[in-house]
Amino acid sequence: MRTQTEHQSLGSFLKLDDQGKPCLEGFQCGACNEVLLQNRRGCPRCGALGSLRARRLAEHGRLFSYTIVHRSFPGIATPFISAIVELDGGVFLKGNLVGVEATPAAVPFDMPVRVQFHYPEVPGHTGKTLLSYVFVPAQPAECPEPKRG
Amino acid sequence: MSDVYVVGTDMIRFGRYPDRSVEDLGAEAVLLALADAGLGIGDMQAVYCGNQLAAGDRIGQRILKQIGQTGVAVVNVSNACASGATAFREGWIAIRAGLYDLVLCVGVEQMGKGILGAPQSYAGVTTEGMLGSSTMPASFATLGMEHTRQYGTTFEQFAKVSVKNHHHSTLNEKAMYRFETPLEDVMGAEMIAYPLTKLMCSVNVDGAAAAVICSEKKARELGLLKRAVRIRASVLTSDPYTPQNLANLDFNAVTQLAARQAYETAGVGPGDLDLIELHDCFATAELLHYENLGICPAGDAGKLIDTGYTALGGALPVNVSGGLLSKGHPLGATGIANIYEISTHLRGEAGARQVQGARLGLTHVVGAGSACAIHILERVQP
Repeated sequence: MRTQTEHQSLGSFLKLDDQGKPCLEGFQCGACNEVLLQNRRGCPRCGALGSLRARRLAEHGRLFSYTIVHRSFPGIATPFISAIVELDGGVFLKGNLVGVEATPAAVPFDMPVRVQFHYPEVPGHTGKTLLSYVFVPAQPAECPEPKRG
Repeated sequence: MSDVYVVGTDMIRFGRYPDRSVEDLGAEAVLLALADAGLGIGDMQAVYCGNQLAAGDRIGQRILKQIGQTGVAVVNVSNACASGATAFREGWIAIRAGLYDLVLCVGVEQMGKGILGAPQSYAGVTTEGMLGSSTMPASFATLGMEHTRQYGTTFEQFAKVSVKNHHHSTLNEKAMYRFETPLEDVMGAEMIAYPLTKLMCSVNVDGAAAAVICSEKKARELGLLKRAVRIRASVLTSDPYTPQNLANLDFNAVTQLAARQAYETAGVGPGDLDLIELHDCFATAELLHYENLGICPAGDAGKLIDTGYTALGGALPVNVSGGLLSKGHPLGATGIANIYEISTHLRGEAGARQVQGARLGLTHVVGAGSACAIHILERVQP
């Protein structure tokens, strides 16, 4: 994958693929197969050194947990849904869940979601266009059944 | 290796003291603890000071400048909300190692108002609110919702923790807040991060607590065993890897690990405990810690709060001090304030909130999901 040159990603794992399209890049340990979001010197799960290899992450997953944030730091618009999604393949990723009403009744656990990349406008930000992502509801057929354990 | 005893301990009333210096708060708690032991600063062979927000500022030495610069070793300890308990443990280690007989441990914090910390950012852009939330309330709300997902635990059940702990603190003159909060008030308070309302979030306040700890030999020599409290276990863990902790704080694994070690070291089980002071930084945390500390099977935490099992008068009272939710949570002080609370009950000196016949208690703190300190304390007198 290329590192982005025209955009400023809002996460080290947000990259552009060979076609120049945004994607998620994680790292998989060759010793224990754990998939991580970020590169590290050694695998935090098994301790193997130099074993992490870059790999593309799935852009589908299921909602593992969330909260509806009503109060954050000054200037942060609320409410928003802060979601933890378990991506197919196992990485847990945090992001905003959009496209559903911000009430618990409208946010079922394990709902299928997909990653949608976007280019947010941030007031006061000048310089490169920002690249970010949100989670949006996906069709169940797009997501495999969740693993339990 | 000698057993180590708490021979003096106290805390100042938690509150807001913006006009006082952090070392003055600490010094007040130290003098109270020394007086409780009947000793002076000159008797202390080392000082361990827990503080997070002024971690680089040598608060331990600044406290000594207030009350007696004796030239002893001072170690300043920071481990987020586990700072005080970590400092206490460092003192315990030094006595166990035979370096000292009498050591002073103090925890102190002075805090501002509002949400702790700063908004998460990346490459100079604020990502808080764009890539989810990393505030403490949001992190702990999300952890509570995991429990809801697995076991159906309700907003109301989480809210009952606040009702219980606010009620307890009406019996504790050292608590910051001392008023009842009926369930409808807790659930109807301003929502911060669902399911945590403002009354389900601990208050960041100022405070200090201190403990004088002693080798068995010295305690006998000084005649201090009568009101002493024996430290049966002192355990510290960091967060072991879990896949979830890529995305959120995970205080469950670090607590479970520490609890296993503490029970094994002390040779007791959760059923042997008479009371617990655990880390209820947010109401959701308390229910999860019932399970993390093994006082009920996985999934049963909601039942415990529903039945009053963990209220004063129940089978295993939890946070009768009012907990972090109501007594307050000055980060560095909490870990030693818990020691003070358990010790007070073990000495039979807790007055209106006394857990009758308390012989064995457990203290628990977690710092930012990545440091957990557990102590098991035992009454000495038959």
